[in-house]
Amino acid sequence: MAKFVCPSCDYVYDEAKGEPREGWPPGTPFAELDPEWCCPDCGVREQQDFEPLDDRASSTNR
Amino acid sequence: MSSAEAAAPIGVEWRDTKRYAWLLGTIIPAIPFLAWGLVEWTGSDLFWYFGPVFVFGLIPLIDLVVGRDPNSPPDEVIDSLENDRYYRWVTYAFIPLQYVTLIWTAWMLSQPQYGVADKIGMALSAGMVAGIAINTAHELGHKKESHERWLAKIALAQTFYGHFYIEHNRGHHVRVSTPEDPASARMGENVWSFMPRTVSGSLRSAWELEKKRFGRLGTSHWNIKNDVLNAWLMSVVLWGGLLAAFGLGILPYLVIQAVVGIWLLESVNFLEHYGMKRQKLESGRYERVNPSHSWNSNNIGTNVLLYHLQRHSDHHANPTRRYQALRDFPEAPVLPTGYAGMIVLSWLPPVWRKVMDKRVLAHYDGDITRANLHPAKEEHYLRTYATASERVAA
Repeated sequence: MAKFVCPSCDYVYDEAKGEPREGWPPGTPFAELDPEWCCPDCGVREQQDFEPLDDRASSTNR
Repeated sequence: MSSAEAAAPIGVEWRDTKRYAWLLGTIIPAIPFLAWGLVEWTGSDLFWYFGPVFVFGLIPLIDLVVGRDPNSPPDEVIDSLENDRYYRWVTYAFIPLQYVTLIWTAWMLSQPQYGVADKIGMALSAGMVAGIAINTAHELGHKKESHERWLAKIALAQTFYGHFYIEHNRGHHVRVSTPEDPASARMGENVWSFMPRTVSGSLRSAWELEKKRFGRLGTSHWNIKNDVLNAWLMSVVLWGGLLAAFGLGILPYLVIQAVVGIWLLESVNFLEHYGMKRQKLESGRYERVNPSHSWNSNNIGTNVLLYHLQRHSDHHANPTRRYQALRDFPEAPVLPTGYAGMIVLSWLPPVWRKVMDKRVLAHYDGDITRANLHPAKEEHYLRTYATASERVAA
Protein backbone atom coordinates (compact mmCIF):
# COMPACT_ATOMS: atom_id res chain seq x y z
CA MET A 1 0.00 0.00 0.00
CA ALA A 2 1.26 3.43 -0.94
CA LYS A 3 1.89 6.55 1.11
CA PHE A 4 1.32 10.15 0.12
CA VAL A 5 2.76 13.24 1.74
CA CYS A 6 1.38 16.74 2.19
CA PRO A 7 3.86 19.07 0.45
CA SER A 8 3.29 21.75 3.08
CA CYS A 9 3.65 20.05 6.45
CA ASP A 10 4.91 16.50 5.85
CA TYR A 11 1.69 14.84 7.01
CA VAL A 12 1.63 11.34 5.51
CA TYR A 13 -1.51 9.58 4.29
CA ASP A 14 -0.75 5.87 4.60
CA GLU A 15 -3.29 3.77 2.68
CA ALA A 16 -2.76 0.86 5.08
CA LYS A 17 -3.67 2.96 8.11
CA GLY A 18 -6.17 5.27 6.44
CA GLU A 19 -7.29 8.24 8.52
CA PRO A 20 -10.23 6.87 10.51
CA ARG A 21 -10.94 10.13 12.32
CA GLU A 22 -11.48 11.84 8.98
CA GLY A 23 -13.72 9.07 7.69
CA TRP A 24 -11.13 7.10 5.73
CA PRO A 25 -10.93 3.59 7.23
CA PRO A 26 -7.68 1.57 7.02
CA GLY A 27 -7.15 0.35 3.48
CA THR A 28 -8.87 3.29 1.76
CA PRO A 29 -6.94 3.86 -1.48
CA PHE A 30 -5.60 7.37 -1.93
CA ALA A 31 -7.46 7.60 -5.24
CA GLU A 32 -10.78 7.16 -3.45
CA LEU A 33 -10.29 10.20 -1.20
CA ASP A 34 -12.16 13.42 -1.90
CA PRO A 35 -9.76 15.53 -4.02
CA GLU A 36 -10.83 18.55 -1.98
CA TRP A 37 -10.15 16.85 1.34
CA CYS A 38 -7.54 19.07 2.97
CA CYS A 39 -4.53 18.01 5.00
CA PRO A 40 -5.78 17.26 8.54
CA ASP A 41 -2.68 18.82 10.09
CA CYS A 42 -2.04 22.08 8.25
CA GLY A 43 -5.17 22.67 6.15
CA VAL A 44 -3.03 24.40 3.52
CA ARG A 45 -2.94 21.72 0.79
CA GLU A 46 -5.58 19.32 -0.52
CA GLN A 47 -5.57 15.67 -1.53
CA GLN A 48 -4.92 16.59 -5.17
CA ASP A 49 -1.68 18.34 -4.09
CA PHE A 50 -0.30 15.38 -2.14
CA GLU A 51 2.82 13.70 -3.50
CA PRO A 52 3.60 9.98 -3.54
CA LEU A 53 6.16 8.98 -0.94
CA ASP A 54 8.80 6.43 -1.76
CA ASP A 55 8.10 3.38 0.42
CA ARG A 56 11.66 2.43 1.25
CA ALA A 57 12.57 5.97 2.28
CA SER A 58 9.51 6.36 4.45
CA SER A 59 9.52 3.07 6.33
CA THR A 60 12.08 4.35 8.83
CA ASN A 61 10.57 7.83 8.87
CA ARG A 62 7.13 7.30 10.26
CA MET B 1 9.11 29.37 -1.59
CA SER B 2 12.91 29.52 -1.73
CA SER B 3 12.96 33.22 -2.56
CA ALA B 4 10.78 33.83 0.46
CA GLU B 5 13.10 32.09 2.88
CA ALA B 6 14.82 34.28 5.40
CA ALA B 7 18.47 34.78 4.60
CA ALA B 8 20.57 32.67 6.96
CA PRO B 9 23.90 34.06 8.05
CA ILE B 10 26.37 31.29 7.30
CA GLY B 11 28.52 30.30 10.24
CA VAL B 12 26.82 32.82 12.49
CA GLU B 13 25.38 31.48 15.68
CA TRP B 14 21.82 32.69 16.17
CA ARG B 15 20.44 33.53 19.57
CA ASP B 16 16.78 34.03 20.39
CA THR B 17 16.72 37.47 21.96
CA LYS B 18 13.04 37.02 22.86
CA ARG B 19 13.55 33.67 24.63
CA TYR B 20 12.73 34.90 28.13
CA ALA B 21 10.49 37.71 26.96
CA TRP B 22 7.89 35.08 25.97
CA LEU B 23 7.20 34.62 29.68
CA LEU B 24 5.68 38.11 29.65
CA GLY B 25 2.58 36.56 28.07
CA THR B 26 1.64 35.34 31.54
CA ILE B 27 1.04 39.00 32.52
CA ILE B 28 -2.24 38.81 30.61
CA PRO B 29 -4.09 36.50 33.03
CA ALA B 30 -2.88 38.79 35.83
CA ILE B 31 -4.80 41.79 34.42
CA PRO B 32 -7.86 41.36 36.70
CA PHE B 33 -5.57 41.02 39.75
CA LEU B 34 -3.73 44.18 38.73
CA ALA B 35 -7.10 45.95 38.44
CA TRP B 36 -8.04 44.84 41.94
CA GLY B 37 -4.63 45.89 43.30
CA LEU B 38 -5.02 49.35 41.78
CA VAL B 39 -8.55 49.72 43.22
CA GLU B 40 -7.27 48.73 46.67
CA TRP B 41 -4.20 50.95 46.45
CA THR B 42 -5.84 54.11 45.08
CA GLY B 43 -9.31 53.66 46.52
CA SER B 44 -10.77 54.49 43.09
CA ASP B 45 -13.38 52.12 41.65
CA LEU B 46 -12.49 53.35 38.16
CA PHE B 47 -9.59 50.91 38.17
CA TRP B 48 -11.97 47.99 37.72
CA TYR B 49 -11.77 49.14 34.10
CA PHE B 50 -8.00 48.72 34.04
CA GLY B 51 -8.19 45.71 31.64
CA PRO B 52 -9.38 47.58 28.54
CA VAL B 53 -7.19 50.57 29.42
CA PHE B 54 -4.17 48.27 29.59
CA VAL B 55 -4.95 46.51 26.31
CA PHE B 56 -6.09 49.51 24.25
CA GLY B 57 -4.05 52.29 25.90
CA LEU B 58 -0.89 51.00 27.48
CA ILE B 59 -0.03 48.18 25.05
CA PRO B 60 -0.35 50.36 21.90
CA LEU B 61 1.85 52.93 23.65
CA ILE B 62 4.44 50.28 24.48
CA ASP B 63 4.41 49.23 20.81
CA LEU B 64 5.07 52.81 19.71
CA VAL B 65 7.89 53.27 22.21
CA VAL B 66 9.63 49.88 22.10
CA GLY B 67 9.45 49.54 18.33
CA ARG B 68 10.00 46.62 16.00
CA ASP B 69 12.06 43.48 15.81
CA PRO B 70 12.74 42.27 12.26
CA ASN B 71 15.03 39.51 13.59
CA SER B 72 14.11 36.10 12.09
CA PRO B 73 15.59 32.71 12.95
CA PRO B 74 17.71 31.35 10.07
CA ASP B 75 16.55 28.10 8.42
CA GLU B 76 19.30 26.07 10.08
CA VAL B 77 17.97 26.65 13.58
CA ILE B 78 14.22 26.27 12.87
CA ASP B 79 14.11 22.56 13.74
CA SER B 80 16.05 22.82 16.98
CA LEU B 81 14.05 25.91 17.95
CA GLU B 82 10.78 24.06 17.38
CA ASN B 83 11.96 21.06 19.35
CA ASP B 84 13.06 23.12 22.36
CA ARG B 85 10.29 22.19 24.80
CA TYR B 86 10.81 25.29 26.93
CA TYR B 87 8.74 27.27 24.44
CA ARG B 88 5.71 25.02 24.61
CA TRP B 89 5.71 25.09 28.42
CA VAL B 90 5.48 28.87 28.18
CA THR B 91 2.15 28.50 26.35
CA TYR B 92 0.89 25.69 28.60
CA ALA B 93 1.53 27.90 31.66
CA PHE B 94 -1.01 30.42 30.41
CA ILE B 95 -3.95 28.05 30.86
CA PRO B 96 -3.86 27.31 34.62
CA LEU B 97 -3.32 31.03 35.19
CA GLN B 98 -6.30 31.79 32.95
CA TYR B 99 -8.46 29.47 35.05
CA VAL B 100 -7.26 30.86 38.39
CA THR B 101 -8.20 34.33 37.13
CA LEU B 102 -11.59 33.21 35.85
CA ILE B 103 -12.55 31.46 39.07
CA TRP B 104 -11.31 34.36 41.18
CA THR B 105 -13.25 36.83 39.01
CA ALA B 106 -16.41 34.71 39.36
CA TRP B 107 -15.95 34.77 43.14
CA MET B 108 -15.41 38.56 43.12
CA LEU B 109 -18.59 38.97 41.05
CA SER B 110 -20.54 37.15 43.75
CA GLN B 111 -19.38 39.52 46.50
CA PRO B 112 -22.23 41.78 47.69
CA GLN B 113 -20.07 44.86 48.35
CA TYR B 114 -19.49 45.56 44.67
CA GLY B 115 -21.95 47.56 42.56
CA VAL B 116 -23.05 46.93 38.98
CA ALA B 117 -20.55 49.43 37.53
CA ASP B 118 -17.69 47.70 39.39
CA LYS B 119 -18.80 44.32 38.13
CA ILE B 120 -19.07 45.48 34.53
CA GLY B 121 -15.46 46.68 34.87
CA MET B 122 -14.45 43.27 36.27
CA ALA B 123 -16.20 41.52 33.39
CA LEU B 124 -14.49 43.73 30.79
CA SER B 125 -11.09 43.07 32.37
CA ALA B 126 -11.82 39.33 32.46
CA GLY B 127 -12.90 39.62 28.81
CA MET B 128 -9.43 40.87 27.86
CA VAL B 129 -7.98 37.67 29.35
CA ALA B 130 -10.68 35.59 27.63
CA GLY B 131 -9.91 37.12 24.22
CA ILE B 132 -6.16 36.74 24.51
CA ALA B 133 -6.72 33.17 25.77
CA ILE B 134 -8.21 32.50 22.33
CA ASN B 135 -4.79 33.48 20.98
CA THR B 136 -3.15 30.87 23.23
CA ALA B 137 -5.76 28.34 22.09
CA HIS B 138 -4.94 29.29 18.51
CA GLU B 139 -1.23 28.55 18.98
CA LEU B 140 -1.98 25.19 20.63
CA GLY B 141 -4.84 24.18 18.33
CA HIS B 142 -2.58 24.19 15.28
CA LYS B 143 -0.19 21.62 16.69
CA LYS B 144 -0.06 17.95 15.77
CA GLU B 145 0.13 16.72 19.38
CA SER B 146 -3.30 15.70 20.66
CA HIS B 147 -2.70 17.02 24.20
CA GLU B 148 -2.01 20.47 22.77
CA ARG B 149 -5.25 20.37 20.79
CA TRP B 150 -7.04 19.37 23.95
CA LEU B 151 -5.50 22.30 25.86
CA ALA B 152 -6.71 24.59 23.06
CA LYS B 153 -10.30 23.52 23.71
CA ILE B 154 -9.87 24.10 27.44
CA ALA B 155 -8.64 27.64 26.78
CA LEU B 156 -11.68 28.24 24.54
CA ALA B 157 -14.23 27.00 27.08
CA GLN B 158 -14.29 30.36 28.89
CA THR B 159 -15.72 32.14 25.84
CA PHE B 160 -18.01 29.32 24.59
CA TYR B 161 -15.97 29.55 21.38
CA GLY B 162 -14.81 25.94 21.11
CA HIS B 163 -15.99 25.69 17.50
CA PHE B 164 -13.18 28.11 16.63
CA TYR B 165 -10.74 25.22 16.88
CA ILE B 166 -12.49 23.46 13.98
CA GLU B 167 -13.46 26.45 11.90
CA HIS B 168 -10.12 28.17 12.15
CA ASN B 169 -7.93 25.22 11.18
CA ARG B 170 -10.15 23.60 8.58
CA GLY B 171 -12.24 26.55 7.39
CA HIS B 172 -10.38 29.84 7.72
CA HIS B 173 -6.96 28.44 6.79
CA VAL B 174 -8.35 26.78 3.67
CA ARG B 175 -10.34 29.79 2.42
CA VAL B 176 -8.20 32.61 3.80
CA SER B 177 -8.15 35.84 1.78
CA THR B 178 -10.94 34.76 -0.54
CA PRO B 179 -14.42 36.30 -0.74
CA GLU B 180 -15.79 32.96 0.58
CA ASP B 181 -14.06 33.24 3.96
CA PRO B 182 -16.27 34.73 6.67
CA ALA B 183 -13.16 35.49 8.78
CA SER B 184 -11.27 37.50 6.11
CA ALA B 185 -12.32 41.15 5.99
CA ARG B 186 -12.95 42.85 2.65
CA MET B 187 -11.62 46.25 1.72
CA GLY B 188 -14.30 48.81 2.62
CA GLU B 189 -15.92 46.58 5.21
CA ASN B 190 -16.04 48.06 8.71
CA VAL B 191 -15.49 46.10 11.89
CA TRP B 192 -19.08 46.54 13.08
CA SER B 193 -20.61 44.88 10.03
CA PHE B 194 -17.79 42.36 9.84
CA MET B 195 -18.65 41.09 13.35
CA PRO B 196 -22.04 39.49 12.62
CA ARG B 197 -20.74 38.12 9.29
CA THR B 198 -17.69 36.44 10.81
CA VAL B 199 -19.42 35.17 13.98
CA SER B 200 -22.39 33.61 12.17
CA GLY B 201 -20.38 32.47 9.15
CA SER B 202 -17.71 30.81 11.30
CA LEU B 203 -20.30 29.03 13.40
CA ARG B 204 -22.06 27.71 10.31
CA SER B 205 -18.75 26.68 8.78
CA ALA B 206 -17.61 24.77 11.88
CA TRP B 207 -20.91 22.90 12.01
CA GLU B 208 -20.81 22.05 8.29
CA LEU B 209 -17.21 20.83 8.51
CA GLU B 210 -18.03 18.41 11.31
CA LYS B 211 -21.26 17.35 9.59
CA LYS B 212 -19.28 16.53 6.47
CA ARG B 213 -16.70 14.55 8.46
CA PHE B 214 -19.41 12.48 10.17
CA GLY B 215 -21.09 12.03 6.79
CA ARG B 216 -17.90 10.29 5.60
CA LEU B 217 -17.83 8.27 8.82
CA GLY B 218 -21.38 7.18 8.08
CA THR B 219 -22.69 8.21 11.51
CA SER B 220 -24.81 11.05 12.83
CA HIS B 221 -23.02 14.29 13.66
CA TRP B 222 -25.15 14.54 16.80
CA ASN B 223 -22.39 12.73 18.59
CA ILE B 224 -20.11 13.45 21.53
CA LYS B 225 -17.13 12.95 19.22
CA ASN B 226 -18.29 15.97 17.21
CA ASP B 227 -15.57 18.49 18.12
CA VAL B 228 -18.01 21.37 18.05
CA LEU B 229 -20.38 19.66 20.46
CA ASN B 230 -17.76 18.32 22.87
CA ALA B 231 -16.03 21.72 22.98
CA TRP B 232 -19.33 23.41 23.83
CA LEU B 233 -20.00 20.74 26.43
CA MET B 234 -16.78 21.80 28.17
CA SER B 235 -18.20 25.33 28.36
CA VAL B 236 -21.51 24.03 29.73
CA VAL B 237 -19.63 22.18 32.46
CA LEU B 238 -17.35 25.14 33.22
CA TRP B 239 -20.12 27.76 33.28
CA GLY B 240 -22.45 25.39 35.13
CA GLY B 241 -19.78 24.84 37.78
CA LEU B 242 -19.16 28.58 38.17
CA LEU B 243 -22.90 29.31 38.45
CA ALA B 244 -23.40 26.49 40.96
CA ALA B 245 -20.50 27.75 43.07
CA PHE B 246 -21.08 31.50 42.90
CA GLY B 247 -24.77 31.90 42.10
CA LEU B 248 -26.91 32.74 39.07
CA GLY B 249 -26.27 36.45 39.67
CA ILE B 250 -22.90 36.23 37.92
CA LEU B 251 -24.44 34.99 34.65
CA PRO B 252 -24.80 38.43 32.99
CA TYR B 253 -21.15 39.15 33.71
CA LEU B 254 -20.02 35.76 32.40
CA VAL B 255 -21.87 36.62 29.20
CA ILE B 256 -20.20 40.06 29.03
CA GLN B 257 -16.68 38.65 29.43
CA ALA B 258 -17.37 36.00 26.75
CA VAL B 259 -18.76 38.55 24.28
CA VAL B 260 -15.79 40.85 24.91
CA GLY B 261 -13.36 37.96 24.40
CA ILE B 262 -15.02 36.89 21.15
CA TRP B 263 -15.14 40.47 19.95
CA LEU B 264 -11.41 40.85 20.68
CA LEU B 265 -10.60 37.74 18.67
CA GLU B 266 -12.81 38.69 15.74
CA SER B 267 -11.32 42.21 15.71
CA VAL B 268 -7.97 40.53 15.16
CA ASN B 269 -9.50 38.47 12.35
CA PHE B 270 -10.75 41.73 10.87
CA LEU B 271 -7.31 43.26 10.57
CA GLU B 272 -5.25 40.19 9.69
CA HIS B 273 -6.37 39.90 6.06
CA TYR B 274 -8.16 43.21 5.38
CA GLY B 275 -8.54 43.57 1.61
CA MET B 276 -6.15 40.72 0.81
CA LYS B 277 -7.16 38.41 -2.03
CA ARG B 278 -5.75 35.23 -3.47
CA GLN B 279 -6.13 35.25 -7.23
CA LYS B 280 -8.06 32.54 -9.05
CA LEU B 281 -6.02 30.26 -11.27
CA GLU B 282 -7.13 28.95 -14.68
CA SER B 283 -8.00 25.64 -13.04
CA GLY B 284 -10.65 27.44 -11.00
CA ARG B 285 -8.73 26.92 -7.75
CA TYR B 286 -7.31 29.77 -5.75
CA GLU B 287 -3.56 30.33 -5.81
CA ARG B 288 -1.71 28.81 -2.85
CA VAL B 289 -1.55 30.80 0.34
CA ASN B 290 1.70 32.75 0.46
CA PRO B 291 3.15 35.46 2.72
CA SER B 292 1.68 38.27 0.63
CA HIS B 293 -1.86 37.30 1.76
CA SER B 294 -1.64 38.36 5.41
CA TRP B 295 -0.79 41.59 7.20
CA ASN B 296 2.29 41.44 9.38
CA SER B 297 3.65 43.41 12.29
CA ASN B 298 7.06 43.16 13.89
CA ASN B 299 6.15 45.23 16.93
CA ILE B 300 7.93 43.62 19.85
CA GLY B 301 5.42 44.46 22.58
CA THR B 302 2.35 42.88 20.97
CA ASN B 303 4.35 40.06 19.40
CA VAL B 304 5.67 38.93 22.75
CA LEU B 305 2.21 39.11 24.34
CA LEU B 306 0.57 37.29 21.39
CA TYR B 307 3.18 34.58 20.74
CA HIS B 308 4.20 36.00 17.35
CA LEU B 309 0.62 35.93 16.02
CA GLN B 310 1.53 39.07 14.10
CA ARG B 311 4.07 37.13 12.06
CA HIS B 312 0.89 36.09 10.38
CA SER B 313 2.28 35.58 6.89
CA ASP B 314 4.59 32.78 7.95
CA HIS B 315 1.82 31.33 10.11
CA HIS B 316 -0.54 31.00 7.14
CA ALA B 317 2.19 29.62 4.90
CA ASN B 318 3.25 27.12 7.62
CA PRO B 319 0.36 26.72 10.09
CA THR B 320 1.87 23.96 12.20
CA ARG B 321 5.11 25.89 12.80
CA ARG B 322 5.60 26.88 16.44
CA TYR B 323 5.47 30.56 17.42
CA GLN B 324 9.13 30.92 18.36
CA ALA B 325 10.19 29.83 14.84
CA LEU B 326 7.97 32.22 12.84
CA ARG B 327 9.82 34.55 10.50
CA ASP B 328 9.34 37.91 8.87
CA PHE B 329 8.91 38.17 5.09
CA PRO B 330 9.83 41.20 3.03
CA GLU B 331 6.92 40.65 0.60
CA ALA B 332 4.29 40.65 3.34
CA PRO B 333 2.19 43.80 3.73
CA VAL B 334 2.99 45.58 6.99
CA LEU B 335 0.52 47.12 9.44
CA PRO B 336 1.38 50.62 10.67
CA THR B 337 1.40 49.39 14.29
CA GLY B 338 0.66 46.30 16.42
CA TYR B 339 -2.73 44.59 16.70
CA ALA B 340 -3.79 46.41 19.90
CA GLY B 341 -3.37 49.84 18.30
CA MET B 342 -4.98 48.62 15.08
CA ILE B 343 -8.07 47.46 17.00
CA VAL B 344 -8.46 50.97 18.42
CA LEU B 345 -8.21 52.29 14.86
CA SER B 346 -10.93 49.86 13.71
CA TRP B 347 -13.49 51.53 15.99
CA LEU B 348 -13.47 54.55 13.69
CA PRO B 349 -14.16 53.16 10.20
CA PRO B 350 -13.38 56.39 8.25
CA VAL B 351 -10.00 56.65 10.00
CA TRP B 352 -9.38 52.93 9.45
CA ARG B 353 -10.07 53.28 5.71
CA LYS B 354 -7.90 56.38 5.48
CA VAL B 355 -4.97 54.53 7.03
CA MET B 356 -5.46 51.11 5.46
CA ASP B 357 -6.99 51.52 2.00
CA LYS B 358 -3.94 53.23 0.55
CA ARG B 359 -1.78 50.43 1.95
CA VAL B 360 -3.96 47.77 0.32
CA LEU B 361 -3.75 49.68 -2.94
CA ALA B 362 0.04 50.02 -2.70
CA HIS B 363 0.33 46.30 -1.94
CA TYR B 364 -1.44 45.57 -5.23
CA ASP B 365 0.68 48.12 -7.14
CA GLY B 366 -2.30 50.40 -7.58
CA ASP B 367 -4.46 47.69 -9.15
CA ILE B 368 -7.65 47.82 -7.08
CA THR B 369 -9.20 44.89 -8.96
CA ARG B 370 -6.76 42.52 -7.24
CA ALA B 371 -8.06 43.40 -3.75
CA ASN B 372 -10.86 41.62 -1.89
CA LEU B 373 -13.57 44.30 -2.16
CA HIS B 374 -16.68 44.74 -0.04
CA PRO B 375 -19.57 44.27 -2.53
CA ALA B 376 -21.41 47.37 -1.26
CA LYS B 377 -18.33 49.52 -1.86
CA GLU B 378 -16.98 47.79 -4.95
CA GLU B 379 -18.34 50.26 -7.48
CA HIS B 380 -17.11 53.20 -5.42
CA TYR B 381 -13.61 51.77 -5.18
CA LEU B 382 -13.41 50.82 -8.84
CA ARG B 383 -14.47 54.35 -9.79
CA THR B 384 -12.17 56.07 -7.31
CA TYR B 385 -9.07 54.12 -8.22
CA ALA B 386 -9.90 53.45 -11.88
CA THR B 387 -7.17 55.66 -13.28
CA ALA B 388 -4.57 53.93 -11.18
CA SER B 389 -5.66 50.44 -12.23
CA GLU B 390 -5.93 51.47 -15.88
CA ARG B 391 -2.39 52.78 -15.75
CA VAL B 392 -1.22 49.41 -14.50
CA ALA B 393 -3.21 47.56 -17.15
CA ALA B 394 -1.84 49.73 -19.95
